[in-house]
Parts: sequence; C-alpha cells; structure tokens
Amino acid sequence: MNLTIKTMASAATILGLFSLLGIGLVTLVHHATESRIAENQRLTMLNSLQNLIPTGTYDNDMLADVMVISDSSLGPKSITVHRARHFGKPVAAVFSTIAPDGYGGDIHLLVGVKADGGILGVRVLEHKETPGLGDFIDETKSNWILGFNGLFLGNPPEKQWKVKRDGGVFDQFTGATITPRAVVKAVRNTLDYFNNHRNALFTLSPPSDDD
Amino acid sequence: MDWIPYRDIAYNGLWKNNQALVALLGLCPLLAVSNSVVNSFGLGLATTVALVLSNVIVSLIRRQVSHEVRLPVYVLVIAANVTIIDLLMNAFFHDLHKILGIFIPLIVTNCAIMGRAEAYASKNTVDKALADGLFMGLGFSLVLVALGGIRELIGTGHLFGRADLMFGDIAKHWSIEVFHDYEGLLLAILPPGAFIGLGLIIAFKNVIDARVNDR
Repeated sequence: MNLTIKTMASAATILGLFSLLGIGLVTLVHHATESRIAENQRLTMLNSLQNLIPTGTYDNDMLADVMVISDSSLGPKSITVHRARHFGKPVAAVFSTIAPDGYGGDIHLLVGVKADGGILGVRVLEHKETPGLGDFIDETKSNWILGFNGLFLGNPPEKQWKVKRDGGVFDQFTGATITPRAVVKAVRNTLDYFNNHRNALFTLSPPSDDD
Repeated sequence: MDWIPYRDIAYNGLWKNNQALVALLGLCPLLAVSNSVVNSFGLGLATTVALVLSNVIVSLIRRQVSHEVRLPVYVLVIAANVTIIDLLMNAFFHDLHKILGIFIPLIVTNCAIMGRAEAYASKNTVDKALADGLFMGLGFSLVLVALGGIRELIGTGHLFGRADLMFGDIAKHWSIEVFHDYEGLLLAILPPGAFIGLGLIIAFKNVIDARVNDR
C-alpha cells in the first residue's frame, strides 16, 4: 500500500516537473522571440500594404495611420484599418478583415478599398485552409483573389456577392466551397461597412497627430 | 567504431520498418499534404527535424521517467518541442515559416514521432536514438515525396510546381511540364488520390519484398 502511494507520488512529481519544464521553456522562447516576431510581422504588413497601394499615390505612414474598428458585421474581433492619404486627402483604406468561417477557422485578409468605394485589391495574410484544396485563395497559389480588383458593391450587384454555387458570380473551386464563400462574404461585409462609414473612416485624425 | 547497428537503423528506417509504408503511422499529415512534391518536401523536412529532436530528448530522459507516466511526458516533450521550433522559425526564418508554417501544427498529429519515442528512443542510447530519428524521418520523407510526385504528375501533368515557395526565386522555372496538353485528373489531387497512391506504393514495396524473399 505504502509502496503504491510512493510510486504514485514519484510519478506525479516527475510529470509535474516535466510540465513545469515544458511550460518554462516555451515561455522563455516565447519571450525571447516575441519582439522579433512582431517586427517580422510589421515588416510583412508594410510589404503587403505596399503591395496593395501603389507607391507614389500616398504620402503618409500607413503603419502609423491606423484606427481600430469593431462592428458585428465584421465578426466578433476588432479589426485594424490602415489609411492612405495624399496631401491629407483620403486615397484608400486597408482593412485587416477576418473571415471567421473558413474551413480551418479564421482567414486573415487585407481588403484595400479606394476612397470611391472600389476594391484596390484583396490579399490573404494568414489562413489554415487545406493545403491543395482551399489554399488557392493565396496569391502565391492562384490568381483567384485578384478577381476582386476593381469591383464594388453594385458591380456585381450586392445580391450576387456570393460564390456561384450560392447563386452569385464568384468562382468556387472543386472540393472547396467553404473557403471562397467565407472570403467573398468577408469582402462584401467590408465594402458594406466602408460605404456606411466612409466619412468617419477618414476624418478621424490618426492618434499620432493628437496633442 | 561498429557501424552495423547504424546500418540496421538505416535499413529499418528507410525500408524494412518504414513508418509510412509498414507501420502506417503519421497518415494524417502524410495523406493531407502530399499533393505536390514541394509540399511533401516541406512536411518531410519539418517532420525529420521534429523526430530527431524528440528522439534525442526522450533518450536523454529515459532513465528519469518512470514507466507509468512516460506517455504523458513524451506528449509534453513533443508538444513543447514543436511549439519551440515554430516560435524560433517564426522569429529567425520568417519567410520559411510563412511557407512551412502550415505544416508545423500537422507534425503534432504525426503519431510516428510518438511511436519512435516509445518504441525506440526510450530504450536506446542517444546516438542510436538520433540515428533512428534521422532515418525514420528520411524514410517518411521519401514516401511523402514519392507520393507527392505521383499525385502532382497524375493530377496536373507537372512536377516541382511552385518550387519558388521553398527555394526562392531561382526555383521559379523548376516546374516541368511532363505531359503536354494534359487536362489533369483531379482525383489524384483530392484526398482519395492520396489513399490510392499510398496503397499502390505499399503494394509495390510488398512485391519487391516478396521477390527478394523468393530468391
């Protein structure tokens, strides 16, 4: 009896020690890499923004000119909007939209909307869609995502902002309807939000300009 | 130095006890990712690194961990291992991480790693555990790449498509069009193609083994 308890205690201790060690190591590495990862992501973000908005069409620092919005139509999480201006005049807004209903969870998008409401471009930043099936939304895998360029609510009509299977105009890919459906919906909601809040999106001055 | 144990380890890992063809472990990532040579190569690489590391650690702690709690401890080791690889890659090889990033969580679902920890690393010295991890990883990678090649070839008529994702801009033109004017067979790219392809590779291996035995 005593022996059993002893064995159990030593087993529990070993397991506990390894858990602590494991957590400790992961925490340590997390802290050591956190700022580097953030910097990497910042640079990647800057790259993606420049990818969407041609250089020369704006003159502000888009990474600093941000506002955070949250709206039920854009999902439960608040999202960041980067704004491009030229001599203070609005050029475009880039939404870090999240499509919450991808096949593998959240799909992180960048939706660039010109001041007139037309789409400058859409890019996928991060996704967990099935490799080989749902990942065609990635610009590096296919040019499907470029099909959004120049569209706006009205072209196609709002009711047809759906994948073809749902009676809309956007291509889905065989074996993967959920992924494009989620992306199309998120882009439509973003445009909708833009149209309804256009002035508020641009008139608020960036935090760095506050006294 | 006696090389015979290492030769056996290599033979076991690459052929006789190949994790994908004989043990049939790690099928989830194997079947899910093997739709092109480049994807297969990425997962193979990541899996091999994780296998080597987890084998070495499990072998190092094999005397300290009592029999009753060994499995949860291995789970902890593998999970911590993979998480740390993920973080370090994200920090120091960000571009590579953007490509292999999707594969890293898949490694955790690879029971071959757990299998080697339990069946080999927990009973052997560190050097042998390391060699076992390396060759089991290589054996797994070879099957992955072969399956990826078959599926990509039959599915799209190309090979080495999108290699620039892994090897940079120099690989942009590595893609080989094997069949001209080929429409592609979607079945090979879709999950059933993975099962059929793996079945064929296993059958092929069994035929070779049978021939060798007959001699």
